[in-house]
Amino acid sequence: MKKPKIWNNKHLLGLKKLSADELTCIFDTAENYVKYAGGTGQKTDDLKGKLVVNLFFEDSTRTRSSFAIAASRLGADVIELTAKASSLSKGETLRDTARNLEAMGIDMVVIRHSAGGAPYLLSQNIEASILNAGDGYHEHPTQALLDIFTIRQLRGSLEGLKVAIVGDIAHSRVARSNIWALNTLGAKVFVVGPPTLMPSAVNKLPVTVCHDFDSIISEMDVFNMLRVQSERIKSQVFPSTREYSRIFGLTNNRMKRAKKDVIVMHPGPINRGVEIDSDVADGPNSTILKQVTNGVAIRMAVMALCDSVK
Amino acid sequence: MTNILIKNGRIIDPANKVDMIGDLLIENGKIKAVGKIKDATADTIIDAKDKIIAPGLIDLHVHLREPGREEEETIASGSAAAVTGGFTSVACMPNTDPAIDNEATVEFILNRSAAAKMANVFPVGAITKERKGESLAEMGQMVRAGAVAFTDDGSGVQDPSVMLRAFQYAKMFNKVVMQHCQDDCLAGNGCMNAGYYATILGLPGMSPLAEEIMLYRDVQLAKAAGARYHAQHLSTAGSVDIVRQAKAQGLPVTAEATPHHLLLTEKECETYDTNFKMNPPLRTQADLEALRQGVADGTIDCLATDHAPHLKSAKELEFPAAPFGIVGLDCALGLYAKALIESGTIDWPLLIKLMTINPAKILTIDKGTLSEGADADITIIDPNYKWKVDTTKFISKSQNCPYNDWQLTAKPVITIVGGQIKFQL
Repeated sequence: MKKPKIWNNKHLLGLKKLSADELTCIFDTAENYVKYAGGTGQKTDDLKGKLVVNLFFEDSTRTRSSFAIAASRLGADVIELTAKASSLSKGETLRDTARNLEAMGIDMVVIRHSAGGAPYLLSQNIEASILNAGDGYHEHPTQALLDIFTIRQLRGSLEGLKVAIVGDIAHSRVARSNIWALNTLGAKVFVVGPPTLMPSAVNKLPVTVCHDFDSIISEMDVFNMLRVQSERIKSQVFPSTREYSRIFGLTNNRMKRAKKDVIVMHPGPINRGVEIDSDVADGPNSTILKQVTNGVAIRMAVMALCDSVK
Repeated sequence: MTNILIKNGRIIDPANKVDMIGDLLIENGKIKAVGKIKDATADTIIDAKDKIIAPGLIDLHVHLREPGREEEETIASGSAAAVTGGFTSVACMPNTDPAIDNEATVEFILNRSAAAKMANVFPVGAITKERKGESLAEMGQMVRAGAVAFTDDGSGVQDPSVMLRAFQYAKMFNKVVMQHCQDDCLAGNGCMNAGYYATILGLPGMSPLAEEIMLYRDVQLAKAAGARYHAQHLSTAGSVDIVRQAKAQGLPVTAEATPHHLLLTEKECETYDTNFKMNPPLRTQADLEALRQGVADGTIDCLATDHAPHLKSAKELEFPAAPFGIVGLDCALGLYAKALIESGTIDWPLLIKLMTINPAKILTIDKGTLSEGADADITIIDPNYKWKVDTTKFISKSQNCPYNDWQLTAKPVITIVGGQIKFQL
């Protein structure tokens, strides 16, 4: 792919520093790839001959396969590396892993890691493009891009839309990436959840903090329901899933008070009956499966764009 | 034994309230005379014009890593780095492997430092066996062997009943108990200050409360035991207030501050550079200013580097996985001058007091003065010397240091330990 004038990022590490024009460039590029994403059997050769490494230090099913599918639809070869023992638990250091990959002549690394900043560290030690597939609580740029791309498809523009991100904001990289890009594009972001699931400096983020979901339910254009992680319950940041669901779950009852055309999103995998009722997840307002399809298009777009900067 | 005459310097000796231009004569390892010295003969004559003649600098908080982690630092390399930085005495922390929690390890350290013949090394013993925070270490045996204070530094003693007993027991020997204030439940797996930057960087944060709650608890325990207490490396405005209030009540509570907490803030972590990962973590600008104010008004009694050598390969890990700490001995004086003198916070006499007699009093060691008859531990400082930090030139075995390429003013030019010149620029 020929490098668009506006795009000069070899790596995609996060969305905080991307401009509205750069985000729009990704969406416009993704628009062209949607036709390859849905399973028509078509492929492009935009990344033909390129070698992409999927380097996952954390478990992942959908993000990992989405990147693999995106790479293959672009004609690239994909190597899957699962590094169960990250340097956090001894073994080879990330820097050494990077040098080894470099020696094998790879073009692009898709990395997921439990440590915030790990993709940045990798980018400092390797010539290949680095795509962040989620690092600690820091960023998960492609997830937010596919969320926003989905909203854009349905509404045309993000300007002035009210988006509620509901759940564990403190430990969510999806929330952070969404907060940055949604603000850049002119949306108004509400973060909803108990104070124990808010980051320490949430008041310094460009968001409205809300602990009473019902008070804002009727004015939202989008609900992005984050997954409740079971390990959070063990650390006792809230008393029980039952209570969480009662206060912050997107239930059938709450949906009755929401806007008729409200968009219901979830990054998956869903805990049915916890953060979202089954009927709502499968209902007419849900874009959950559309998000998954769009994920492939978005990942094709960022791979092609980052590869064009060489 | 030789004698040395240092001439025409600005003699600053806070313990004796001396600040004058004069000469100093060293004979047989002791200070023979201070003042205008005429007709003295000496084997070595040092012209100290435009220089400061100070008691040898003391750092009561360093990690020399030996025994156990000699690839990072040894007593020989660390005490050599100390004299390069103008320090004639250092107190080494017990988080070695094995820990300094018994008489034999104290003796080992003293033997190694005697063999190294650089700075004086004063071992600090552990409060509890293996620094586990459970049962008291053999403080009495360690005192007899030469331990000067007690701490489980690296971690705080979590159980208040253990800490209370430590205060009661250490009081018997008139030794200070020092604490790395950190409530582990509140600190969790935090790797930087809990705040804006931890939030945007997606790193687990460590709340100021983790430090302040243990500090406040310890002040109450020390008060109950009537024992001396020293709070290590204060990092928050709240901690400065707690110590200030303790002092206002007349409690024998002292505190230290590090160069990094007086110069750097959490913002530095923005690039995930692990040379900015320390414990306690870098905090906010408001905390930094409160610490400087605490130094100016006497709340903070002394300055300490918390010199913490680590291998390059360990510091190259991901931010949460990399170890806490930076080295500081080689360049500390220039950093203190930048943080405290160039900023107009304090003057040279007070800076020297915070680096000499004050830490000596806390450790109850007979150091830190230019009194006649005292050990000839002397640091000659050029307060106007401009230089650039080059970590590759450090004498310390490790280079984990965020100040590379910093322009500093002020440097020790001669360090004399026991009447012997150990470092000369």
